[in-house]
Amino acid sequence: MNAIGQWLMQFEYVQLLQQEWPLYLEGMWTTFWLVALSLFLGLFIAVPAGIMRNSSQAKWRLPAWAFIYFFRGTPLLIQLFLIYYGAGQFLGGADSWQVTQVDNPSAWQQIVLVLQSVWFSLCGYIWHWLQEAWFCALLAFTLNTGAYTAEIVRGSINTMPVGEIEAAKAFGMNQVKIMSRIILPSAFRRALPAYSNEVIFMLHGSALAGVVTIVDLTGAARIVNSRYYAPFEAFITAGLLYMLMTFVIVYVFKLWEKRWHKHLKPLQV
Amino acid sequence: MSQQATLAVKDLHKTFGSHKVLKGIDLTANQGDVISILGSSGSGKSTFLRCINLLEMPNAGDVYVKGELIKMKNVKGGERLPVDQKQVEAIRSRLAMVFQGFNLWSHMTVLENIIEAPVHVLGVPKKEAIEQGEALLQKVGLYERKGYYPGHLSGGQQQRAAIARALAVDPEVMLFDEPTSALDPELVGEVLTVMRELAEEGRTMLVVTHEMAFARDVSNKVMFLHQGLVEEQGAPEDIFNNPTSERFKQFISTVY
Repeated sequence: MNAIGQWLMQFEYVQLLQQEWPLYLEGMWTTFWLVALSLFLGLFIAVPAGIMRNSSQAKWRLPAWAFIYFFRGTPLLIQLFLIYYGAGQFLGGADSWQVTQVDNPSAWQQIVLVLQSVWFSLCGYIWHWLQEAWFCALLAFTLNTGAYTAEIVRGSINTMPVGEIEAAKAFGMNQVKIMSRIILPSAFRRALPAYSNEVIFMLHGSALAGVVTIVDLTGAARIVNSRYYAPFEAFITAGLLYMLMTFVIVYVFKLWEKRWHKHLKPLQV
Repeated sequence: MSQQATLAVKDLHKTFGSHKVLKGIDLTANQGDVISILGSSGSGKSTFLRCINLLEMPNAGDVYVKGELIKMKNVKGGERLPVDQKQVEAIRSRLAMVFQGFNLWSHMTVLENIIEAPVHVLGVPKKEAIEQGEALLQKVGLYERKGYYPGHLSGGQQQRAAIARALAVDPEVMLFDEPTSALDPELVGEVLTVMRELAEEGRTMLVVTHEMAFARDVSNKVMFLHQGLVEEQGAPEDIFNNPTSERFKQFISTVY
């Protein structure tokens, strides 16, 4: 064992790995939780937005349409920059904004001052979070995946067989029951293959987090590159690890499809 | 109303755009009646059935279930809407529909399909619903298939499962919308057998159908629709043997 170890150590790449594997592991962990959390939170945007997008009433449909159109229409990097750099332009230092000093304020001035202080503390609170690069990345990723997934949800709801909805009505289900018991469970199953794509895109899209100082897997590779000036080794390692994570995702979706697509597959006797 | 009919429909009208599909139809179904509704395609018979549980909104006319009027209000453009959606849902849960295309919920097993409305609409405890559901599956001869998904069953089996699903809510009236029209000829028999058993048990049934033998032998009333009106109605032995309407004579001569 030792002999093999010593033989391996003559390769520079092995030395690099031996030195830097904790950094890669840390980066992988950051990538994992960032993607997993944004996918999870994104669902809470996607399902309502997907349902609203299908509404016959403009007051529901249009906001969802605008949201989806914006986040699907612009690059993820632009969205990240808007939040990370753009927000600071308006909210920078909001946590130390002072309420205007007025001597002997009149009644309406007092109301304005109260509103101002509420507004300032709200801005300060938002700024407190937006100063954190990880929060900006999480926000951008969540909104982005929320928009893409909303379209998947919408498409999946639209392919719902009308007869099944009609049957649900005929048995006296109300709108909420029809949605929660019939449409969404059925749509969720049909959406799985498209959603697995979205999860993989999100994993790869998350490489942008490295641009805003986050040490995700790509960020770790950039640090390794700068330490050793070995770009190929640094990035191929990250690439292989992304591939590994992708394989895990594909495998998990395969298991899910096995479980949730029984009704779509030929009968196994 | 003198005696409380299980289902009463008064002067029902339905228009799609400028096309008048139903031009005033009355129907009274008493407990245990099996009424066959016949008519050539386009005569409005399916629309009539779908107006009873408000899958289509009638433009005029009243529907009473056990004397309870389904409240509707007029809105712009000659359309009508339910006054109280909750009332409509409650009434629907007391009727049950069997569709031409089965319309079983494809992501649920046969048993899950059957317990869905009892558990989630009527609030029957799940355990009880499963027991009842299994008994109903025995009855329609599908107990062995209870864990199957609809997509894994033949058309005849799916329709029998759909009938069991309808029975599971113990409906006051069962509405059958051409239940055998989507089936291969050799599968029609198994569905009709189940329906015949229900009729013998005293279920109140409205059956839109092309099965003349069923209309003649099983039902106790037959109604023939033509161009949105009742052209002929009565006991099957009367109207099949002595039809008064020219149209109905023609109809039975072409179908037989």
